[in-house]
Amino acid sequence: MNLSESFLSALDTLAAHKLRSALTMLGVIIGVAAVIALMAIGNGVQSSITDEITSVGSNLIVVSPDMEHSGGYPPLSLADVEALADPLNAPAVSSVAASVAGNREVTAGGNSVTTSVSGVTANYFEVVNLGEFQAGDGLTQADVDTKARVVVLGASVASELFDGENPVGRMVKIDGASYEVVGVLAEQGQTLAGNPDENVYAPITTAQARLYADRTRTGKHAVSSITAQARSETEADAAIEQIEATLREAHGLTGDDESDFSTFSQTALLETVNTITATLTAFLGAIAGISLLVGGIGIMNIMLVSVTERTREIGVRKAIGALRRDILGQFLLESILMSAIGGLAGIALGWLLAQAFSLALDATAVVDAQTVLMATGFAAAVGLVFGLYPAWRASKLRPIEALRYE
Amino acid sequence: MIELKGVTKEYAMGTQTVHALRGVDLTIADGEFVAIMGPSGSGKSTLMNMIGCLDLPTAGTYHLDGVDVSDMSDDEQARVRNKHVGFVFQQFNLLARTPALKQVALPLMYAGVGRKERTERAAAALASVGLADRMDHRPDELSGGQQQRVAIARALATEPSIILADEPTGALDTQSGEEIMGIFETLNTQGKTVILVTHDPDVAARAHRIIRVRDGRVQQPAAEQRQERHESE
Repeated sequence: MNLSESFLSALDTLAAHKLRSALTMLGVIIGVAAVIALMAIGNGVQSSITDEITSVGSNLIVVSPDMEHSGGYPPLSLADVEALADPLNAPAVSSVAASVAGNREVTAGGNSVTTSVSGVTANYFEVVNLGEFQAGDGLTQADVDTKARVVVLGASVASELFDGENPVGRMVKIDGASYEVVGVLAEQGQTLAGNPDENVYAPITTAQARLYADRTRTGKHAVSSITAQARSETEADAAIEQIEATLREAHGLTGDDESDFSTFSQTALLETVNTITATLTAFLGAIAGISLLVGGIGIMNIMLVSVTERTREIGVRKAIGALRRDILGQFLLESILMSAIGGLAGIALGWLLAQAFSLALDATAVVDAQTVLMATGFAAAVGLVFGLYPAWRASKLRPIEALRYE
Repeated sequence: MIELKGVTKEYAMGTQTVHALRGVDLTIADGEFVAIMGPSGSGKSTLMNMIGCLDLPTAGTYHLDGVDVSDMSDDEQARVRNKHVGFVFQQFNLLARTPALKQVALPLMYAGVGRKERTERAAAALASVGLADRMDHRPDELSGGQQQRVAIARALATEPSIILADEPTGALDTQSGEEIMGIFETLNTQGKTVILVTHDPDVAARAHRIIRVRDGRVQQPAAEQRQERHESE
């Protein structure tokens, strides 16, 4: 039996019952489209989260206070930053930045905005990858050393306070004191670490002296977080160990003492997020897969009906010499064809859904070849598996009984 | 050459065993034109199925052209039917929506004949039953008589030696029935073995021999058949 002829004849049979075939295919179409769209959306979300994390800068390790184990005092200070910056203590660390953060009202002329005001070290912008300025420049080490009253504005804050005019050289007021604007950051967009566009940055020493009076147990000015950069991604784990050892020693912690800080690396975050989103994507895919399974059961159902309806035809075919495999192949081809056509239509529909999602949510849904191949393969397998039993039933029919069937 | 020896057929219907055939001895020579007659339930359908290799005997043997076909698998039987037996049914049993040429080519396709040769042979078979101008017509575009002629062409496609027709004129008007009978007679003169299964004595009378089946047995000899027919009809 010639394959292309069988193919055409199967198409013919499906075309003879257009509505029925279409409805049967709909089950597969919806299933495949759901798999494609959900996987694409999942992948899209994952890649946009990954992009955001890596845009903050790779190899970053964030040290945060653990207030539960610090006896109520903020544990971190600039002394810790100095300790970590010493290559003898942490050779895997290339640079260390620190910040102290809080909310303050910032005014300029008639405008005022209450926003996050951070005190940062001079290298902060570089370390957390905010090193682009639309006007002016960042903070200098001299600014930090002299507790200079200068600020760098985030893009949104700058336009709100100065109505689009260039703020560099102008003054803003925070808690009654005047600060000179020395730079404006380029627009960054939302990141996992917050929104730099909404931030005001002052030298960390200035902020500690004038805005945030928190002190550690030993009376040093506190910092809210320390951000260290590992020399390379491969050294990130070593850097974490060195940071922990250095800080524990600096804080006088020994043996089983709980650390009064916690470390979190960019790679660890990335891994965690990837694990979560991958699980979520797989979960969504599995749910969509169930609908594909239901579509397959629909195919089996309709093929069983079809076998019953065409009992006489099967009888005639057998009487004139059809072998079991001829009948088996004929019915199997019909069900595979239905699921394959449904699969193709489902891919198209799923792609459209993914594009619609991309437009609606301003994320990029990624329809990757792997998903398409998987969905196609799954759809064809559904046709094969669920078509097998009806086709087998058809091939087993005895011609005399089939011919007698009314 | 059809040779049945002591063929019995039993099958279960519910809890009862039905004895459809009770030891049939029957020989039909090549080129014969026979009619099988008998009332409903006499076993004539079972006998026809047996001769057509659609069924297997419970006991006894059936040799077709010297080959024992009494113990074959489904597919072996299918090959024998394809090669040796052409079926013609009362209800034509054509495939819906399928043009005449494709219907007739179907047995050749199952025989594994290539597309080109298949089409040529199917066209020749259709021409031989006078349907050269109806090759692309679907069954619903053909009259009953024409449909039956397509069915006969299909039965002839693989050039079998036996044509087995089950009430071939039962669903036709008199004139179409007459034409169909004419075709069978022509086929018989060309050397085909023609076996008709019928209720109709006028149809049976066209055959050269009548085989009467009653209670699962074949009644012979021929002299008695004619007399019995007059009594029962």
